[in-house]
Amino acid sequence: MENIQTYQELWFVLILIFLMGYSLLDGFDLGIGILFPFLGRTGEEKDILIGSIGPVWDGNEVWIIAGGAALFAAFPHAYATAFSGFYLAMMVVLFALIFRAVSMEFRAHDQARASIWEKAFVAGSALATLLFGVALGNVVYGVPLDDKMEYAGTFLTLLRPVPLLFGITGFAAVALQGATYAVLKTEGRLRERAFHAVSILMWMNLITVLVFFLAIVLHFQDIATNWLFYLAVLFTLLWLSAIFFSVKHRHDSAPFWESSFAFIGLWFVTALIHFPNLIKATDHQRLSLTIYNSSAGLDTLKLISVIALVGMPLVVTYTFFVYRIFKGKTKSAGHYG
Amino acid sequence: MSALFLARLQFAFTICFHFIFPAMTLGTTLIILISETLYVLKKDHTYKQITDFWVKLLGLIFVVGAATGIVMEFSFGTNWSAYSRTAGDIFGPILAAEGIIAFFLESVFLGVLLFARNRVSSGVYWLSALLVFIGGHLSAFWIVVANSWMQTPAGYVIGEGGKIILGNFFDAVFNPSTVVRYVHTIFASWVTCSVMLAGIAGYYVRKGLHGETARTMLKIGIILFAFTPLLQLGAGHAHAVKVINLQPEKAAALEGHFSTMKGAPIYALGYVDEGNRKTYGVYIPKGLSFLYNLDWNSEIKGLNDFPQEDWPPVNFVFQVYHIMVGAGVLMIVFGLLGGYFLWTKKIDDNRWYLALLPLMIPLPHIAHETGWMSAEVGRQPWIIYKLMKTGHAVSVVVTPGEILFSLIMFFLLYLLLAVIFVKIFIKIVQKGPAVS
Repeated sequence: MENIQTYQELWFVLILIFLMGYSLLDGFDLGIGILFPFLGRTGEEKDILIGSIGPVWDGNEVWIIAGGAALFAAFPHAYATAFSGFYLAMMVVLFALIFRAVSMEFRAHDQARASIWEKAFVAGSALATLLFGVALGNVVYGVPLDDKMEYAGTFLTLLRPVPLLFGITGFAAVALQGATYAVLKTEGRLRERAFHAVSILMWMNLITVLVFFLAIVLHFQDIATNWLFYLAVLFTLLWLSAIFFSVKHRHDSAPFWESSFAFIGLWFVTALIHFPNLIKATDHQRLSLTIYNSSAGLDTLKLISVIALVGMPLVVTYTFFVYRIFKGKTKSAGHYG
Repeated sequence: MSALFLARLQFAFTICFHFIFPAMTLGTTLIILISETLYVLKKDHTYKQITDFWVKLLGLIFVVGAATGIVMEFSFGTNWSAYSRTAGDIFGPILAAEGIIAFFLESVFLGVLLFARNRVSSGVYWLSALLVFIGGHLSAFWIVVANSWMQTPAGYVIGEGGKIILGNFFDAVFNPSTVVRYVHTIFASWVTCSVMLAGIAGYYVRKGLHGETARTMLKIGIILFAFTPLLQLGAGHAHAVKVINLQPEKAAALEGHFSTMKGAPIYALGYVDEGNRKTYGVYIPKGLSFLYNLDWNSEIKGLNDFPQEDWPPVNFVFQVYHIMVGAGVLMIVFGLLGGYFLWTKKIDDNRWYLALLPLMIPLPHIAHETGWMSAEVGRQPWIIYKLMKTGHAVSVVVTPGEILFSLIMFFLLYLLLAVIFVKIFIKIVQKGPAVS
């Protein structure tokens, strides 16, 4: 394969996989953060909720760290334009991620201020989730770009309705990921409450994804003739609806998988409307950053393909092994206890 | 204030704060690996207690390191986007390798160390300690590669529009300063934790707390403290020699050395008057020539041979470099002294030494912070040595106001983190390893 175009397209798929991996895995622990005040009523329940994500959230977060670095390596211009262009939003994401990361550890040791750290945990999780979706919405919907590939908008440009809709859709999907994970990892009253949250969030997700799909058909008219789009829409809706029956039968693990597959469906839809763009320009398509005009050179793409295609299967294998260690219901806060 | 100045200030502040934590993390994974290996071999419960205690500290240290590390990864895009566009073809893969090959490994198995003591066999637990150690040290390797490549770039080709394109990745990774810088950095973190271990254990033993566990900790700590600063002396010296060969004007600035001469003196303490191109202070005649070339009369290039616009701020790097060296010398002396007391079984008789140990915990941090300042300020005005100036690397669209805002926010946030971290750290130490 000497053709650079092949590698550019491969890296569109690989970046998609990093983002997907992040949204499914860190998605459930961010979701636990968002639902924390609703699910955890007693101190013990709160401990179990945090204990359920404690052993794995660190590894989950590496998906965005490695994904960001992979974006930097494969498409340096897209990385440079988005991160500098969305400067203030990126800073807020960073502050949210920092607060969230330390809050779990600090809550355990700094009991006098435990409730403050819990609020930081919730706020950090919610804000990071929302902003990731809004950022994605902006690069897909389009932002003002100049002819030097630089962002030409302001902070307020980022808060237009369609990108916000991306943010809300992603937020609902992440919350559902969290609720279904809580079902999987908890017992008794806490599990019942998680089931309740799953059913409410399932309906909320059905509404947000329908509005999301509608907005997409209206805005991206080319997509209306693409049968793959309808397939992805159907895929998402079917998995979301399946949750209804799993909840009815009080199934432990099925809702989590169904929520995950529905999320994958959303990513398929996003990828279909976005390809081959990385950052769409609002005014002229020629100003857009695509995989073809913003990638690294062929040698770099070959190199990182080897690193990713050898490295990531290993990562997935040992991640799977470690998840097996923590299989089953969470009984305590563990290290945080 | 210009966007460039503020961006540099923000990078300096966030990286200085961040580095404190990985420096502790790496050494802590070494301590855990040592105590857990001894536990598996000797089945002595004391070692298990030591592991569990350090794992608790590692959980706290790691989380602050990871949280402040993401800031660094984002910063190349947020604040240095012109650099990212120019050098992304080489710098990006290095960071990607760090994430995929190293940081995943460290983070995933950290979960096992923190949460699975009672869920896995002792063999798997030991393996996790080993993998966290390896993951951490690999992660440091790639980050040091990224830095070294900016200091002594290799394996690149200049493409159209001045874009830096990948030539040979192996050459880029093993550029002339990678290995020596890596060893120097790793030893720095081992020294950091030797002092931390000896300091905490010294406090326990002096207060008569935690019995045999504290004594074993002190023994391991003192042994490490006796020889790691010596290893660092070797690595530091090798690094200094590399700098004079590869970045002579930086070496000259670190030593406050202006005119090229044979038999150049070395300053132990002093002050650099940049305007008059003179250094005042206590010096050893011909010392610099001897240290760098093992020849009292060899020639050493001075700053006067280089255009002044390519000089770093000379007095600043001179001072921070000498603080680093001074802190290093202090640690060598006290480490060897501790080793002597341990060897002659006199450590209990020298209670002043035990009392001094905890006070030394900040010393390695002072050394590695000033060491990095020497390395990074010392290579200015270049972001990539002789290829790209820092002034051309900053993000085009980010305004000074935005950076000022984020800088103030980082300052307040990190101040909060520092206060809470120290509080919790002391709390965990006061609780100590559970005595059963």
